Amino acid sequence: MKNEVENIQIGKKKFEYKELVTKLGPLLALIVLVIFVTFLNPSFISATNLLNLLRQVSTNALIAFGMTFVIITGGIDLSVGSTLALSSALTAGMIVSGLDPVLAMIVGVGIGFVLGAVNGLLITKGKMAPFIATLATMTIFRGLTLVLTDGKPITGIGDSFIFKFMGRGYLFGIPFPVVLTLVCFAVLFMLLHKMTFGRKTFAIGGNEKAAYIAGIKSDRIKVMIYAISGMMASISGIIITSRLNSAQPTAGTSYEMDAIASVVLGGTSLSGGRGRIVGTLIGALIIGTLNNGLNLLGVSSFYQQVVKGIVIIIAVLIDRKK
Amino acid sequence: MKKLVSFFVAGLLLVSGCGAATLEGENTNTDTAVEEKDASELVVGVSVSTLSNPFFVSLEEGIQNLADENDTEIRAVDAQDDSAKQINDIDDLIQQGVDILLINPVDSSAITPAVESANTAGIPVIMMDRSSDSGDVVTLIASDNIAGGEMAAEYIKEISGEQAKTVQLEGVPGASATRERGEGFLNIAEVSLDVLDSQTANFDRAEGLTVMENLLQAHSDIQAVFAQNDEMALGAIEAIESAGLSDEIQVVGFDGTEDGVNAVKDGRLSATIAQQPEEMGKLSLQAAYDFFAGEDVPAKIDSPLELVTE
Repeated sequence: MKNEVENIQIGKKKFEYKELVTKLGPLLALIVLVIFVTFLNPSFISATNLLNLLRQVSTNALIAFGMTFVIITGGIDLSVGSTLALSSALTAGMIVSGLDPVLAMIVGVGIGFVLGAVNGLLITKGKMAPFIATLATMTIFRGLTLVLTDGKPITGIGDSFIFKFMGRGYLFGIPFPVVLTLVCFAVLFMLLHKMTFGRKTFAIGGNEKAAYIAGIKSDRIKVMIYAISGMMASISGIIITSRLNSAQPTAGTSYEMDAIASVVLGGTSLSGGRGRIVGTLIGALIIGTLNNGLNLLGVSSFYQQVVKGIVIIIAVLIDRKK
Repeated sequence: MKKLVSFFVAGLLLVSGCGAATLEGENTNTDTAVEEKDASELVVGVSVSTLSNPFFVSLEEGIQNLADENDTEIRAVDAQDDSAKQINDIDDLIQQGVDILLINPVDSSAITPAVESANTAGIPVIMMDRSSDSGDVVTLIASDNIAGGEMAAEYIKEISGEQAKTVQLEGVPGASATRERGEGFLNIAEVSLDVLDSQTANFDRAEGLTVMENLLQAHSDIQAVFAQNDEMALGAIEAIESAGLSDEIQVVGFDGTEDGVNAVKDGRLSATIAQQPEEMGKLSLQAAYDFFAGEDVPAKIDSPLELVTE
């Protein structure tokens, strides 16, 4: 089994030059974008705006990190936005009904993990296409959120310091969501690039049959990966719930799009087997810089959507050229 | 990885001990003196809940038109009905150093952190159509639902006569629009109409239909219906038409939605109390001008309503 996995790794080494281009491309795009926006509006580069921007990016980045694993296996997770809303509503509900906020948040993240695992089971045991399985759970989770909240926001979460701190806190002047994102990034980076779990993830995405013959329990890995994706969505949900001081039944609607876009902008291939979580972080920063920068430049929200779409198309076209 | 986690936890404990962990909006700006500014010098940040709804498009147009007349610079953002996007947008507007914010929130509770950040930054806030649950705002510009309810009752009295037998379809229980429209209606109706029954149909067209069917069974002599929004009114009309009572029963709705106004034109709906979003936008920007002219701005400003009868 080791041999097979190593072969795949060796196979990748041949493309080192191309890998370099893939690695630097997104970063270069980000730098160009930052210079461009700064040139048009110098207030973009101020410390307060950059911290603002990083905090705005954090919720999408967290989801996109989980999505990176899913996409590397050749799958997709459309249910993240609904998972975010459902776990957020349940967490808020638990806090309102008197559960300790810290415990409620831990349970909330656990719920995200379980919801993700449900996706994984449908895909592996149910042999459903990831697109279809998560499309179905996307509407199911959203529906359950609406049932649970009666379509109204859950408010009166109280003033637990730790809960408020999650979305609105500052650690040495840095917004806590940013700190949390960096910690999650470090952990997931190790998991993907330094541990056997990550090697197996790449192996499944590269050639699932070969991975299976090599003795990788791909089903188990995949369920874990979708569970991680759900968990990351629920962490993002806790930040949003804390920032909004309430759980919104429509929270996270279409967040899967920004997450997928970040992963793709970061150079991870939608056909699986190839990708880097660093790229996803840069991709999320590109999306965030576009949102924030276009706002600062006073571009109408309608044009903003057009610009965002065009950037994604350009990124994928460049990716195809390689 | 374990090392990393323990390092992180230890770090957190240390930091919280040292008081480096703080929350936003804790140090509020105490500078309350307003620097007087002319309309042409103002930069106004506008955040609306969604530009996919014609109501809010008109609201923004109202602001833009008045701004164009006075050479005011408008920086507008659209939350696309996402509360999280809205507070990010408002952070960006604060970052741009706008002089004042006009906010039409997606949700009254979710908007509070944004209002508080604006307070911290010393930027005055004016709310439009929906309020903010906490934080300091200069004023709220919204339709006067109580007056609207009174207008409806007056009109029913006019077309169906004194002491006309009337039923009311109420909105979502507890919602401010339900309470205020109901209160206004009853102010007049309790004296000059005969209110047979009042039941909720949750602002919903399908429920308006079933509740009206039930009411028609219960009361054979209904002369008029007041529905607290156009959706319920249109549902009620369906029930009335299939019972063949269109000529006997007058229906008055509320909101002046496109469907509602069309039904009035077709003669199916007797009248609707229309909100005027464009006027609401104008009043909001005018309140901003007044604020920077150093004038007193009342805590609530009523946006006018219009009785649409044809």
